Amino acid sequence: MKKRVRILAYPYVVWMAIFIVVPLFLVLIYSLTSGDIHDINSLQFSFESYQKVAEPLYLKVIGDSFLLAFISTVICLILGYPVAMIIANANPKYRSLLLMLFLVPIWMNFLLRTYAWMSILSPNGIINRFLAFLGLPRLEIMPGNVAVLLGMVYNFLPFMVLPIYTVLSKIDKQVLEASSDLGGNRVVTFTRIILPLSIPGVVSGITMVFLPAVSTFVISGLLGGGKTPLIGDLIEQQFLFSRNWHFGSALSIILMIMILISMAIMSRIDKNGQEEGGKAG
Amino acid sequence: MGRNLIEIKNLTKRFGDVTVVNNISLDIKENEFVTLLGPSGCGKTTTLRMIGGFEEPDEGQIFFEGKLLNPIPAYKRNINTVFQRYALFTHMNVFENIAFGLRIKKIPKNEIEKRVKRMLKLVDLEGFEERYVDSLSGGQQQRVAIARALVNEPKVLLLDEPLGALDLKLRKEMQIELLDMQRSVGITFIYVTHDQEEALTMSDTIVVMNNGVIQQVGTPEDIYNEPINRFVADFIGESNIIEAIMPEDCKVAFDNVVLDCVDKGFAPNEPVDIVIRPEDIRIVTNPDEGMIKGTVRSVVFKGVHYEMIIESDAGREYMVHRTIAFPVGSYVGMNVQPFDIQVMKRGDPL
Amino acid sequence: MSKALKRIYMGIIYLFLYAPIIVLIVFSFNKSKSRGQWGGFTLDWYAELFQSRQIREALYFTLLIAVLSTIISTIVGTIAALGINNMGKFSRTVILNINNLPVLNPDIVTGVALMTLFTSLKVELGFVTMLISHIVFSIPYVILSVLPKLRQMNKHIAEAAMDLGATPSYALRKVIIPEIFPGIISGALMAFTLSIDDFVISFFTAGTSVTNLSILIYSMAKRGIKPTINALSTLMFVTVLILMLIINKKSGKGEEILL
Repeated sequence: MKKRVRILAYPYVVWMAIFIVVPLFLVLIYSLTSGDIHDINSLQFSFESYQKVAEPLYLKVIGDSFLLAFISTVICLILGYPVAMIIANANPKYRSLLLMLFLVPIWMNFLLRTYAWMSILSPNGIINRFLAFLGLPRLEIMPGNVAVLLGMVYNFLPFMVLPIYTVLSKIDKQVLEASSDLGGNRVVTFTRIILPLSIPGVVSGITMVFLPAVSTFVISGLLGGGKTPLIGDLIEQQFLFSRNWHFGSALSIILMIMILISMAIMSRIDKNGQEEGGKAG
Repeated sequence: MGRNLIEIKNLTKRFGDVTVVNNISLDIKENEFVTLLGPSGCGKTTTLRMIGGFEEPDEGQIFFEGKLLNPIPAYKRNINTVFQRYALFTHMNVFENIAFGLRIKKIPKNEIEKRVKRMLKLVDLEGFEERYVDSLSGGQQQRVAIARALVNEPKVLLLDEPLGALDLKLRKEMQIELLDMQRSVGITFIYVTHDQEEALTMSDTIVVMNNGVIQQVGTPEDIYNEPINRFVADFIGESNIIEAIMPEDCKVAFDNVVLDCVDKGFAPNEPVDIVIRPEDIRIVTNPDEGMIKGTVRSVVFKGVHYEMIIESDAGREYMVHRTIAFPVGSYVGMNVQPFDIQVMKRGDPL
Repeated sequence: MSKALKRIYMGIIYLFLYAPIIVLIVFSFNKSKSRGQWGGFTLDWYAELFQSRQIREALYFTLLIAVLSTIISTIVGTIAALGINNMGKFSRTVILNINNLPVLNPDIVTGVALMTLFTSLKVELGFVTMLISHIVFSIPYVILSVLPKLRQMNKHIAEAAMDLGATPSYALRKVIIPEIFPGIISGALMAFTLSIDDFVISFFTAGTSVTNLSILIYSMAKRGIKPTINALSTLMFVTVLILMLIINKKSGKGEEILL
């Protein structure tokens, strides 16, 4: 019986091979070759693309991408943790409403949300009109990194709040009562009990913010105005405009590897955190 | 009880390298309540699943009313099962759960209604038709599972540890109810459990299994009073198991004492295991009147009786059940009637 | 934190979340074409929106792709999950790890990888390649939401059905599918919203002949602000809001569905 049911997965296994494994494998091959991509015979093994990635110009792009993603993740964490806590501790009557209000914006098209910030921040957008009306100097953050950061935080903040909220709302209230019963004041209860117990949520929040932030090209494209190109912009450019697929592939592979490394680090922190949480609990 | 309904011949089942059922043969009669009893992993559930058609035997045959059952898929067997933890359909209400099998057989609507109602009455769940199974208690779910199987009027009902998830009191009640049901519907029950007390209470026949092998088949009395080997003696009830030899027929010797017994037919000086049930040891206050002398080491009150551990002069500990307690430290004598000593061939040490 | 402080903090956060949306809505009724300047109330942009063939076409493709990819990926994903659930530990782990790749990989990598595949196979980018790509990234989510339901299900439930006389296919249709239905529905919902919302993967696999709403918005936004986008945003936001309120009311479990 079991064996017969197993067959049901085989078509999907073939599908995965064609549409998940082969494409990534092709990207890997392109990253390690040079020549005309439309002519297989002209492809030659080459490390050229990776050498190009190591040029200072491109290293800076990669560095900028990670730096901006890192800063926006930290901001999301600082802003989002209290939000998650307030919602989790809110009166159950309002809790789901508060949560829903928080989530409605992410159901709106991502590009529209980013576009909305363009209307607010652009050189003759609402803020600057308002400042001009008050006779104050103009705010020139768009296009620029500050606007990109703002766009990232705006778009990804819910992804930080959600997992933290989920973990916090599952903490057994008796654990907190036990802590105060044992003499822990609110600060101790927070730092020794709540925080360690919420680490898994924090970790998945960080992953869910960092991943899209580091690879975005929409936010930087629309709010950054190309001032600080990010790795996503670079990949888009290579595949759609410069037509240097070898270089684009190398960048994609590097992006993948770096993300895999960051995720490995995060899952380690998650494990340690849980062990610590276990000890504290 | 008459002719054989199910005949199992040399049945073997392996999972990878592990042989979970090893060459077992067993006959089950019509209207019999048969219990497969053994510790977890002894192969009892696998045997039941092969009868139900959920596992294919690697070797051997199962016959049902004289016909080979092996090639027949589960859904064509006139056998129904009450599963461990019930496996009720949570998306259906009680009525639909019970009617499931009848609907497949395309039985007319009013007939289905009648039979389901009758079943609900039998399991004492009238008025629960519209309830969803998630909203029922464990005992009620159990009854739905039984009704769902019985409504199909199978010749055989397989029950896989059906009371395992219930608390003690409910389990006792359901044991009696199940037994009543089996008598009133008059079908064969094959019942799997690891609870020896349950097996002794309910069965016509007990099949004791260990490591995929049948150890002993018999009535509850046979199994309890005359365990065939050390494993059965140890598994069924509490017992003092002593390694001894038989110098001659009707004598056993150990620890420098020779006791009378009623068993014959062993070779002179053959090593044997003997079983003495704790309730079969009588205590006398004068040590000299006892066959074995010893000191009371502990006394625990068990409700109906006291459980005492008495250490003999030879250093052997005996478990004794008596309604009168003897103080710890007192020196007493112990007596055993010859027919209370069960002699078994020496098996592998446990 | 004191209660007042909490309220102020949440107020600021919600303001931050909703300010851009409010701005979009307000300016969708603005007569003046330039942003930041109020030129009086108008519905012109809505009229223009409904007259624009470009937007109608993009909306059509967005919905068509979302519906098709949801149907296909829900069916394929559910069937695959049934198979995967019955596999040995090793093959299951391998398959699930590969299955997770499109979930974990940045969209841009998935996008360029699929584009590379189609181009290497000399398949012209268009409707079909975009549909395939949407199915590729949707199936993993369907599997991830169906599989836990299968694992939660009493493992004897299929056997119980067959024990009562159901053939395997009857047991599948009448017992197993209904038992895991909540998982199938949430998988389908996820596939649908991901497809509607997707920009990056569509951008790389749609080519030039097909345009969905996301691609259209991106190109319009890059070229400069057009008040018709404001009107479009407003309509989409109101639609989503109404849908959410209905779901929330109907099930009383809005929280669960949202998560």
